[in-house]
Amino acid sequence: MRPVRFNIHPKEAAIADAIGMGKAPDGVPGEGFFATQLSSVVGLARKNSLWPLPFATSCCGIEFMATMASHYDLSRFGSERVGFSPRQCDLLMVMGTIAKKMAPVLRQVYIQMAEPRWVIAVGACASSGGIFDTYSVLQGIDQVIPVDVYVPGCPPRPEAIIDGFMKIQDLVGQESIRRRNSEQYKALLNSYGIQ
Amino acid sequence: MSLNNEIVQEKLIEKFGDQVSQFATSYGMLSFESPKEMNLKVLQFLYDEPSLAFTFLTDICAVNYPDQKGAELVVVYHLHNLKENIRLRFSVSTSLENTDVYTATKLFESANWMERETYDFFGINFVGHPNLKRILNVDEMDYFPLRKEFPLEDQTRIDKDDEMFGRG
Amino acid sequence: MEHNHITLPEGSIEKTTTTLNIGPTHPATHGVFQNIMEVDGERVVSSEQTVGYIHRAFEKLAERRPLYQITTITDRLNYCSSPINNMGWHITCEKFLKIETPKRVDYLRVIIMELARISDHLICNSIVGVDTGAYTGFLYVMQYRELIYEIYEEICGSRLTTNMGRIGGFERNFTNTAFTKLEKFLNEYPKVLKEFENLFTRNRIFMERTQGTGGISAERAMNYGFTGPNLRAAGVDYDVRVHQPYSSYQDFNFTVPVGTTGDNYDRFLVRNAEMWESISIIRQAYEKVQAFKGAEAEVYHADVPEYYLPKKEDVYTKMEALIWHFKIIMGEIDLPKGQIYSPVEGGNGELGFYLISDGGRTPFRLHFRRPCFIYYQAYTELIKGGMLSDAVVTMSSLNLIAGELDA
Repeated sequence: MRPVRFNIHPKEAAIADAIGMGKAPDGVPGEGFFATQLSSVVGLARKNSLWPLPFATSCCGIEFMATMASHYDLSRFGSERVGFSPRQCDLLMVMGTIAKKMAPVLRQVYIQMAEPRWVIAVGACASSGGIFDTYSVLQGIDQVIPVDVYVPGCPPRPEAIIDGFMKIQDLVGQESIRRRNSEQYKALLNSYGIQ
Repeated sequence: MSLNNEIVQEKLIEKFGDQVSQFATSYGMLSFESPKEMNLKVLQFLYDEPSLAFTFLTDICAVNYPDQKGAELVVVYHLHNLKENIRLRFSVSTSLENTDVYTATKLFESANWMERETYDFFGINFVGHPNLKRILNVDEMDYFPLRKEFPLEDQTRIDKDDEMFGRG
Repeated sequence: MEHNHITLPEGSIEKTTTTLNIGPTHPATHGVFQNIMEVDGERVVSSEQTVGYIHRAFEKLAERRPLYQITTITDRLNYCSSPINNMGWHITCEKFLKIETPKRVDYLRVIIMELARISDHLICNSIVGVDTGAYTGFLYVMQYRELIYEIYEEICGSRLTTNMGRIGGFERNFTNTAFTKLEKFLNEYPKVLKEFENLFTRNRIFMERTQGTGGISAERAMNYGFTGPNLRAAGVDYDVRVHQPYSSYQDFNFTVPVGTTGDNYDRFLVRNAEMWESISIIRQAYEKVQAFKGAEAEVYHADVPEYYLPKKEDVYTKMEALIWHFKIIMGEIDLPKGQIYSPVEGGNGELGFYLISDGGRTPFRLHFRRPCFIYYQAYTELIKGGMLSDAVVTMSSLNLIAGELDA
């Protein structure tokens, strides 16, 4: 028996009353117009259509495949299309151990991404080196690129990856328009040696 | 009569005399040693001899025994006769000063990367190898990490506190 | 890379070959492999592989860790079928320490290992489909991998990196929920596998893409050290479960599927056939487990207090259990001296554990014989003269798992 309805509300089974609506940003409504901040609208559009670049190296990559598959379904959040070209993607999802041999490649991919870009470090290895405290493993990708969200776990469950993704969505929705040109952001990139 | 460890041992002693030594059987597998100059001759004999026919190279690896002066690095070949289902372990030892060992790539194609890995980890120079360079580590690495003298952790990392990990 | 002597093939209209870098991050390479290919138009003339982009130094790490801590790193070898690696390591330790496991433990292990094999072959075959352009098969079977993950979760708590079992058996008996989930899987999965086969096996496009590409003869395959489904597709019926049975595989009735030409199509078919055999083995093992009654049905580990962690109730009440618990956790138990090489049939072939111990609490040297590392060398020969798109399908049909390759 294939299930066809997933959005069954636990208390109200009649579907007509049980559809939830997303929260609109703060603003001034009127007849035929809605005035709000530019950054809210842009953030709302961006956060619901993030295109990730799955930089999957090892075991966390298999959990990502399970997240993209139909059971946990990341495309509900707008990332139906995963891209592999850095130019076309907003979100770099680093999943798996990054060895020292791979670090320059990761940096190059990050530099090739166009602004605005976000980075999520999925798994213990990407966050801090994980269980591999060895001579060949980079102890966390924040040694080479700036990271926005860290998802712990070895490997994190798909629900945890989705939770990290939703936190990125919060960050994207609330980002100010001027952030990418600000002094603070430039200083952050300079500290990594990225112009 | 089908092949077993005693017959393999007899044939080896018959062919090589006292060049093969240290015969031992542990957990059902026969193991023996020979000087490193003889490694290709022994492998070729085991490959070509019709009654032995060890034509499958399972594994090549190396071990570092820092206490055995003059024989610190031991290269271990695991061979397998698929028809008779007999396995064999053959080791040659070399010292840290002169780490040349003849390559087995002409006989077994699978020895190519396995010898590169052994070179990468232990520094054993396989003479005659078509492409002996590092395979798993970064090319710029200047030491051989799996030797016992080198530590596991990267000593330049600053975010892990060795005191808290019991290694201070 | 030296390419002064790359000669163009006959009939080429180019002046030189083009160097194409299929770099470490690429959707077609499943895992981080770099291939620098010389192509003449669309035909591949030669290629060179670079590996090591995920080298995590397992062998050096294992010299620091007592036996139980090594199980966690064996998980991360072939992470698509990590229970096989865990059981393989525990079987190696049991052979080394001369521990006999009871039959019920062996049969439970067989169930888990065959589930892991199905899970590994499902990923491989569905990704071959994705690489030829057919995404549906992948999404459809991932749903059934979730069922397998649920079974693992019921037994050990974790989905992917399972760290399952102990030296001598399992950490707890399989619950009734685990058996219910297993029955659900055995009821539903054969229909799904049949539908998956219908999508691909006699599909004209798939057959044209995969037949005749990436082939290798049996002699070359053995010389390259191939094992597992890749070798069986080339025609050699070498299976460690039959040659050197471990965990009571000799009590089971199964056939070893063998191909003829060793090309991509044969590898796909061999893996599908192995999945059918695995289902049959799981059914036989399940019946055998159900046949144990009474006290025997509660046995889930061998009686080896030196290596098997005692139950917590005993640790808090009995003195001996407390002492053993302390000794095992703190690693106070020394291993006997000796060396052993013990292979198991992993999803990709013969996964071997070469353990040397000098009497300390951790191994002196532990070397993993990793099948992916050994057969990836043959990739250059497999794709020579073929098209670039065939090179992509060949790579995915070989089932290269980066974690196992670089270790």
